[in-house]
Amino acid sequence: MFNNSRRGRLLAVAAVAALALGVTTACGSDDKPADNAAGGGSTAAAGPVTITLQTFGGGKNFGYKEAVDKWNAEHKDITIKYDNLTDQFEQVYWPQMIQWLQSGAGAGDVVGIDEGGMGLAKAHPEWWADLGEFGLQNRKADFADWKWENGVTADGKLFGLGTDVGGMSLCYRRDLFEKAGLPADRDEVSKLWPTWDDFVKVAHKFQDKIKDTKFVDGTNTLYNVVLVQEAAKNGNVSYFDKDNNLIVDKNPAVKSAYDFAQKISQEGLTAKLRNFTPEWNTGMKKSQFATLGCPSWMLGAVSGDGGAGPDFKGKWDVAAVPGGGGNWGGSWLAVPKQSKHPKEAAQVLDYLTGKDAEVSVFNFAGNMPSNVQAQQDPAVQGAKNEYFNDAPVGDIFAKSASALQPVFLGVKHAQVKNAVESVVSAIDDGSVPYANGWKKLVDDAVKAAG
Amino acid sequence: MSLHVDAGRPTRAPMPPGRRHVRPRSGRSFLTWLDLKAAPYLLVSPYYLLFLIFGLFPLGFTLYYSFFDYDLTGTVEWTGLGNYTAMLGDADFWKAVVNTLAMFVIATVPQILLALLLANALNKRIKFQLFVRLGVLLPLVTSVVAVAVVFTQLYGRDWGVVNWILSWFGADPIDWKAQRLPSWIAIATMIDWRWTGYNAIIFLAGMQTIPKDLYEAASIDGASRRRQFWQITIPMLRPTMIFVVLNSTIGGLTLFSEPTTFYNGNVHGGSDSQFQTVSMFIFEQGFREFDYGYASAAAWLLFLLILVGSAINFLLIRRIGGNK
Repeated sequence: MFNNSRRGRLLAVAAVAALALGVTTACGSDDKPADNAAGGGSTAAAGPVTITLQTFGGGKNFGYKEAVDKWNAEHKDITIKYDNLTDQFEQVYWPQMIQWLQSGAGAGDVVGIDEGGMGLAKAHPEWWADLGEFGLQNRKADFADWKWENGVTADGKLFGLGTDVGGMSLCYRRDLFEKAGLPADRDEVSKLWPTWDDFVKVAHKFQDKIKDTKFVDGTNTLYNVVLVQEAAKNGNVSYFDKDNNLIVDKNPAVKSAYDFAQKISQEGLTAKLRNFTPEWNTGMKKSQFATLGCPSWMLGAVSGDGGAGPDFKGKWDVAAVPGGGGNWGGSWLAVPKQSKHPKEAAQVLDYLTGKDAEVSVFNFAGNMPSNVQAQQDPAVQGAKNEYFNDAPVGDIFAKSASALQPVFLGVKHAQVKNAVESVVSAIDDGSVPYANGWKKLVDDAVKAAG
Repeated sequence: MSLHVDAGRPTRAPMPPGRRHVRPRSGRSFLTWLDLKAAPYLLVSPYYLLFLIFGLFPLGFTLYYSFFDYDLTGTVEWTGLGNYTAMLGDADFWKAVVNTLAMFVIATVPQILLALLLANALNKRIKFQLFVRLGVLLPLVTSVVAVAVVFTQLYGRDWGVVNWILSWFGADPIDWKAQRLPSWIAIATMIDWRWTGYNAIIFLAGMQTIPKDLYEAASIDGASRRRQFWQITIPMLRPTMIFVVLNSTIGGLTLFSEPTTFYNGNVHGGSDSQFQTVSMFIFEQGFREFDYGYASAAAWLLFLLILVGSAINFLLIRRIGGNK
C-alpha cells in the first residue's frame, strides 16, 4: 500500500514534468525557425547544398529537365531538385505559393511564377530575395525591357528573371486534316485561316467529314488566345486597367474573346474539355480534338508524356494562328526571401535563365526563351521540332518574340482569370446556359476581384 | 478499467490513519494533495490542453476574425457582422449549402439502411465469420484520395465504365461532373463505398449486446424473423443508431476530400460549383481568394448548420420504436 501511494506520487510528478516540457516546447517553437535558419546558413558553406526548384505546368512544363540534369552532373557543391508541383497555376500552384510566401515556410529556393501572378508578386517585395545583391543586375541586356521591368518590385528591387515568352501559333493534327480532305501542309493550313471566321468555316468543313473528333479542345484555350490578340488592340490590358481597376465589362477584348468562345461551343466544334485537366490530357491521347491554340510552351504540354505523348509524334504540326500574333503566358523565376541558401539559389536562377539553359529548354520542350541571347542563337533560330513533324519552330516563334508586347495584368489577375475561366468552361459543359454566360462572367469576376 | 479502480479502493481505505504521521510536514502534505486531488486532473489534462490549443483556440480565433475584412495579402479591417450579412445574401454560399445537404441525404440514407442490413446478415452464424466481418472494413483502410481517383475514372464522361455500362441500355453519356444531380450521386457512391462497412460493424457491435432471450421469447410467441428485426433489433439499437447518425451527420456536412478530388483538386467543385460543399466554399474563400474573414464567417455558419442538423437527426432517431 505504501508502494501504491508512492507510485501515484511518481506518476503525478512525471505528469507535471511532462506538462512543463510540453509547455516549454510549445513556447520554444516560436523561436526555432530563426535558429534553424542560422544553422542552415552556417552549414551552407560546408556541405553540398540542395536547391529546390518549384514549377508548374502540364507535360514538360518549364522544360528544365535536361538543363537540371546537366547542372547536377557538373556541380558537386550545389544540387538542383526539380519539383513540378501541379498542372494548374491559378487554381493550385499560386494560392499554395502565396500561403508559403506569406507564412515564411514551405516555398522552394527558386520558384516559377506565371505572368498572371507577377502583379501580386511585385506588390510584395518582402516575399523575395534581392537578386541585385547577388550581382544579377548585370543581366539586364539579356531581356526585352518589359520582361526585365516586370521582374522588379514596386520599390525597385530586382526579384525575378524571365524564363520564356508565349508567342502564338496553332497546333493541328495533320493526319486528321488529311482524313477530312483538308490540306495538311503547314503553309497551306496557315492560308486556310487568316481570320477567326475562316477558322470556324474550316472547322465546319472538318466536322462534316469527321464525327468522333472535335475540331477544338474546349472553350478555354482559344478564349485565351483571342483575349491576348484583342487585348493588344485595346491598349494591352485585359481584366484590369493599368491603375488596377477591374474592367472586365468595359474592355471590348474580353467580350470579343467570350463571344468567340461561345460561338465555337454553340456550333458544336468543341470536345468540351477544360484545358490542363486529366480529361484534357486523355483527350489528346484519344484524339478527341484536332487543333489547339499553341503558345510556345504549349508544345511541351502536347509532346510530354502527360499530354499526347510519344505515340503521336509526327502527327501534330504547327501553323500560323488566325488573327495575327499575340502573347499568352511566359514566366519568371524568383528566389523567396525564406530560402536558406539565397546565394546558391541566385546562382541556380542565373544559370536557368541564362543562354545555354534556355536553348536547352527550347530544344527539349519548345518554350520560347525570353533571353534575347538565346533567341538569337542559331540553335534556336534554325530549330525544328521533331515531334511536330519537324516544324521550323525557331522560325515561327523566335522571329516574332522580339516584337511581342506585354499585356498588363493586375494584382488580382490570377483570381479573376480563375473565376472567368470557370464560366467559360461552364457554358461549354452546359451547366451555365449561353444566355446567362456573359452576365455570370462579369459577376464572378467582380466577386473574385473584390 | 473501472473494475480495477473499484478493486483498488479497499486497499486504499486504511491509508488515512497512516497519513496522519506525515501531516505536519508541509512538503509532504503538498505531495499528498498532488497525489489524491490533482493527479487525476493532471493525467487527463494533456487531452484538454491539446483540445484547447488545437480545438478551442482556433474556434475562438475564427470567431474573432469572422468580424474582420481580412485579406491575407492586404488589409485587416473591422466589419462587425458585415461578413455574415454578406453571406446570407451570397448565392454561392447557399448553393454550397444545398449541395452539401443534398449529398448528405443521397449518401447517408441508403448508407445507413444498407449498413443495417449488412450488420444483420453478419450477425448470423456464417462460415469464415471473422474474415467476412473484417472484409467489410476493407474500404475504410484505403485512402480517400485513391478511392476518389478511381471513382472519378469510373464516372468519366467519355471513357468511364459507368457510362459504358449505361450505353448498353441505350442511355446517352452522362456528364457526371457538369450536371448537378449526377455529380451528387457519383460523390454519394464514393462516400457509401467507404463508410457503409464501417457503420455496419458498429451496428453489428450494437446488435451483439442485445440479449438473446428477447429473440427466444419472441420466437416462442411466433414472431417472424422480419418482425423480430423491426420490433426488437431496431429499437434496441437506438443508442448505436444515434451515434452512427450523428457521426454521419458531422462527416456528411463537412464533406471535402471526395468532391475536391472529383474535380482534380479544384475546390470550385465543378465549372459552376455543381458539387461544391460548404467546406470547399470555406477553403475557396480562405485559401484561394484569401478572404480569411469571410471564410471564418462561413466556417461558423457551417458549425451552426451542423448543430442544427445534428439536433434534428437526434430528435428523429430518438423517436425510433417510440413506445419507450
